[in-house]
Amino acid sequence: MCLAVPGKIIDKQDMLATVDISGVQRKVSLMLLPEAKLGEFVLIHAGFAVQTIDEEEVKKTMELFKELEQYADK
Amino acid sequence: MLTNEEVKKAADFFVREIVSLAGQKPIRIMEVCGTHTVAIFKAGIRQLLPTTVELVSGPGCPVCVTPNDFLDAAIAYSKQPEIIITTFGDMLKVPGSSSSLAQEKAAGADIRIVYSPLESLEIATKNPHKKVIFLAVGFETTAPLAAATVLMAEKEQISNFYVLSAHKLVPPALRVLLAAGNRPVDGFLLPGHVSAIIGMKPYDFLAKEFATPAVVAGFEPLDILQSIYLLLKQIQRKEPKLDNQYGRVVPVVGNPIACQRLNEVYQVADAQWRGIGILKDSGLALREKYRAFDALKNLPVTVEPTKEHKGCQCGQVLTGALLPTECPLFGEICKPEHPVGSCMVSVEGTCAAWYKYGAGRWQG
Repeated sequence: MCLAVPGKIIDKQDMLATVDISGVQRKVSLMLLPEAKLGEFVLIHAGFAVQTIDEEEVKKTMELFKELEQYADK
Repeated sequence: MLTNEEVKKAADFFVREIVSLAGQKPIRIMEVCGTHTVAIFKAGIRQLLPTTVELVSGPGCPVCVTPNDFLDAAIAYSKQPEIIITTFGDMLKVPGSSSSLAQEKAAGADIRIVYSPLESLEIATKNPHKKVIFLAVGFETTAPLAAATVLMAEKEQISNFYVLSAHKLVPPALRVLLAAGNRPVDGFLLPGHVSAIIGMKPYDFLAKEFATPAVVAGFEPLDILQSIYLLLKQIQRKEPKLDNQYGRVVPVVGNPIACQRLNEVYQVADAQWRGIGILKDSGLALREKYRAFDALKNLPVTVEPTKEHKGCQCGQVLTGALLPTECPLFGEICKPEHPVGSCMVSVEGTCAAWYKYGAGRWQG
C-alpha cells in the first residue's frame, strides 16, 4: 500500500500540481508538500505529493553504484 | 540512469560482499514493509542470498493487519442503502467474519474503489443525499492523506463525508516485536515511504534500547541489496545503528508538514492488529474536534460478532514468528483464490507473495 512513484512538477496552481510520471500526466494535491516548486521531482502516493526527491542524493547514489563496477570482477 | 550492465555489476558486488559477511550463523532480517516484500520477490533477491541469511516479512502490510471487526463494520455499513463506501482496491477481497466487500459489491452494495482519498469528496458532493464513508487504512505514509482529506472536507463544508479509521503506526509495532522477542530479529529493513513522512528520529530506539541494526531502505533491487549489505556490516561488526540508504527520498526530519496535518486531525491511540491483538499507542483516532467525520460516532450500525478462522496463523506470520510455509493451512486450505487469512489476500501479503513466488528460493 505504501507504493509511491516519482514525478516531475510541470504545472502548479495553488495546492494542485500537474506532474509528469514517465510521460503520463496527472493532477496531484500539494496539501502535504506546499513548498514544492515547478520543475522539481516529487514522490507521489495516492494522489498526493508527499516528499521532494533530492537530486543531489540521486546523483550520489548513482555514482556510488557506478563506482562499484570496478570491484565487480575482482 | 544506470545501464543494465552497471546494475548487474553493482548487484554482483553487493551479493559477493553479503556472501563474505554472512558466515555460518543464521541471520534473520525483517523487511517491515509489504511493498518491500513484493519488491524482494519480484527482483529474485531471496534467491541471491546465502541460505544462512533469511528475510522475514514483518507487520507492514496494512491490509493484512486490519482486524476482522473493522471489515465487519465496513461490510455492515455497505449494506445500508444510503451509504457509499470508498476504499483502496486491495481491501475488497479481504474476508471479514462471514462476507467480504467484494461479495457485498457483487450483491449490489455501492462500494467504489478510489486511487486518492480526495475522490471521496467528489463522490460526496455529487451524491448529497448519500453518506460517503472512506475506509482509512494504512501506515504513516497514507494516514496524512486521510487527514488532509478530512481538513479539505471541513474547509469545503462537506457534511456527508466520514472516515472509518484503522490507521496504524510502524515504530510502536517494532517496539512490541522486539520486546516480545520470541523469535529475535537481527536487523530491520525499514519502510522507505513511511520514513519519508516520519523521518529518522522515531527509529532511534532500535539501536539505542534494543541494540538492533536498522537501515531505511529504498525499493529498487539495488537499494534493497545495498541495505542488506549495510545491515550485515552492522551485524558482523556488532555496531548497531540507524543507517539511511534512501537519502534521496528520506530527509532526517521527514515531512514536517505532513506530520503536522496528521497530528492536527488524529491522535495516537491503542489499536487492534489482526492476529496480534491490541498494541498500546500503535494506531490513530480522530481528534474530538473532528468527530463529525467519524463514521462510528455518527452513523449507527449493527456489526455481527467477529469470528476469526481457528487455524489461521496470520498473527504469527505478521510478527515473523512463523514463515508462511510453516502454517498448516498455507497452500492447502489457504490459497490466493480462496484465502483464509488476510496475509494471503493482499498482493503485498506475506503468504500471497510466498505462494506466488514459490518461497523465492528455487532449486537449480
